[in-house]
Amino acid sequence: MIELVIVPFIEAAVRTATPLAFAALGELVAERSGVINLGLEGTIIAGCLGAAIAAVAGGAGVGYLGAALAGMVMAAVFGFFVVTLKSDQIITGTALTLLGLGVTGTLHRMLPALTETGAGAALPTTGPVAIPGLSQLPLVGPVLFEQPLATYALYLFVPALVWWMTRTHAGLALRATGESAEAAQAAGIATSRVRWSAILFSGAMGGLCGGTLVLAQVGAFSEGMSAGRGFIAIAIVVLGRWSPMGTAGAALVFGGAFALQYLFQSLGLDLPYQLFLALPYVLTLVLLAALRGRAHAPAQLGTQLET
Amino acid sequence: MEVLSAFWDGAFGSAFAIWSATLVRATPLLLLGLAVALAFRAGVLNIGAEGQLLLGAIGASTVALTMNALPAVLMIPAMMLAGMLGGAVWAGIAAVLKRHFAVLEVISTIMLNFIALALLGWMVRGPLQEPTGAYPMSSTFVDAAHWPFLIPGQRLHVGFLLGLMAAAILWFVLARTAVGFRVRAIGMGARAAASAGGIDADALSARVFVMSGALAGLAGAAEVGGVTWALYEGLSPGYGYTAIAVALLARLDPRWVVVTAVLFGALEAGGAAMQREAGVPALAVQIVTASLLLGVLALARWQQVRASRVSTESTT
Repeated sequence: MIELVIVPFIEAAVRTATPLAFAALGELVAERSGVINLGLEGTIIAGCLGAAIAAVAGGAGVGYLGAALAGMVMAAVFGFFVVTLKSDQIITGTALTLLGLGVTGTLHRMLPALTETGAGAALPTTGPVAIPGLSQLPLVGPVLFEQPLATYALYLFVPALVWWMTRTHAGLALRATGESAEAAQAAGIATSRVRWSAILFSGAMGGLCGGTLVLAQVGAFSEGMSAGRGFIAIAIVVLGRWSPMGTAGAALVFGGAFALQYLFQSLGLDLPYQLFLALPYVLTLVLLAALRGRAHAPAQLGTQLET
Repeated sequence: MEVLSAFWDGAFGSAFAIWSATLVRATPLLLLGLAVALAFRAGVLNIGAEGQLLLGAIGASTVALTMNALPAVLMIPAMMLAGMLGGAVWAGIAAVLKRHFAVLEVISTIMLNFIALALLGWMVRGPLQEPTGAYPMSSTFVDAAHWPFLIPGQRLHVGFLLGLMAAAILWFVLARTAVGFRVRAIGMGARAAASAGGIDADALSARVFVMSGALAGLAGAAEVGGVTWALYEGLSPGYGYTAIAVALLARLDPRWVVVTAVLFGALEAGGAAMQREAGVPALAVQIVTASLLLGVLALARWQQVRASRVSTESTT
């Protein structure tokens, strides 16, 4: 039972949580600087297409690079409107999501050759890599240490982010900008530059979310494949109470919600599959409602800088 | 050039293009654009018009398929009410989550959009599937549930008229009544409206949210009653998202929503023709929508800067 059902389920949960964690950790950094990026969905789908195009041209490694770049291009558009022009963050983000979905879908339909390797072969992908030794551990081994490289990157990244945010000057500048931009400016912090950097970083992470989705999970690009992950990632940040560890944990919960369909399939339950399609979204609502009042958003979230 | 002429022919090139393509597609955009404009005016960021439309479509279809002995005079109003109820309930969930659980409506309405899609997918494969069970769609509605056309030989239906009436009513209420004033006041600043104006901002914004959902639900009823005469999954090509651009481009003014809805209806119709005849995906319309939206944002900013420059110059 445990070997056949539970282990594959948790393994799938970690695997599906990986792209969500990338997007959510990027969004976390942006939000800690006071910027809510509802364009994340568009950033992720741009990352998906960027990954596919770059992987066709130069293999899976280049694919990740293409994903991050595509995400940063979207983020640059967002940053230009939100930081430079001081436009409304929510509306700019919504427009950017529409733009991302429209541009990627159109490119994909008009130039299908861009994302195909010829003869209908799958894209070059990065499969799971078992870590010698660790993967031999009972239960934990196959669950945590037989994953794609992108997942291992997160194991290192999350503690690094905790350290960076709490122990470095740059991390302090980020949090100060998100909590009290005026005080930060008075202390000599270039708040516009902080927000620009945070937005570009979150763009790269959103792009990588799309990259892992294409290169480590699906193996192909399809229209609208981001399927709301951008919005779920924003909810994950709230559920993770704007902390890196919390965000990673919340991403895992959602990985589990997505992976539940595999579990129920393997148990042979005859439930309508739309129930599983809806589950992560229902879970988001329930958890957000349950967290009422206990989450503390950065004070400046969604606001524009004065100068 | 070929692409552009296909676009023009599809949107405005003939009487048929105007009355049976452009304005038919403008109808849901008009009702949804009004729904979004109303909510945004009150500071409620309802971006769930898509899901509310789908629930409206499910509600109206349920009436059309189960009460199929009703005569048209009762059937059509019943479909309208069921559609509005469906949309209102869906928005109501987000309104309750916002008011009592402090859940951001931007996130909850998006989540509800995805849940609505799953619900629709289940409906057309379960309770409302056509009797042979072969296709993921409902049976075609009985004739009494077909909404009347406005012009003989053209596909424009009575839903467009409803949209025009809704625009007029909404404009009047917002611009000329005390309720409308309170709605605009909470939109400009809920805290100030509550403390200085004695307005129960939470209750009012929840009510506006539900009203906005009802309007979006009516759009769903109009789609199934006036256009498709059946319920199926691909009902809306993202009308609920385009409606955000429709409302913002109109500066949330119901009168201008009529204009922008027709503009985007033409975009959709022309886009479809473009795809048929020149092979350019209709998705390109989304790019135009997004670019227009960003253009409006940039323009608004530019005007703001100019206005502040003028005011500082006049004071010095």
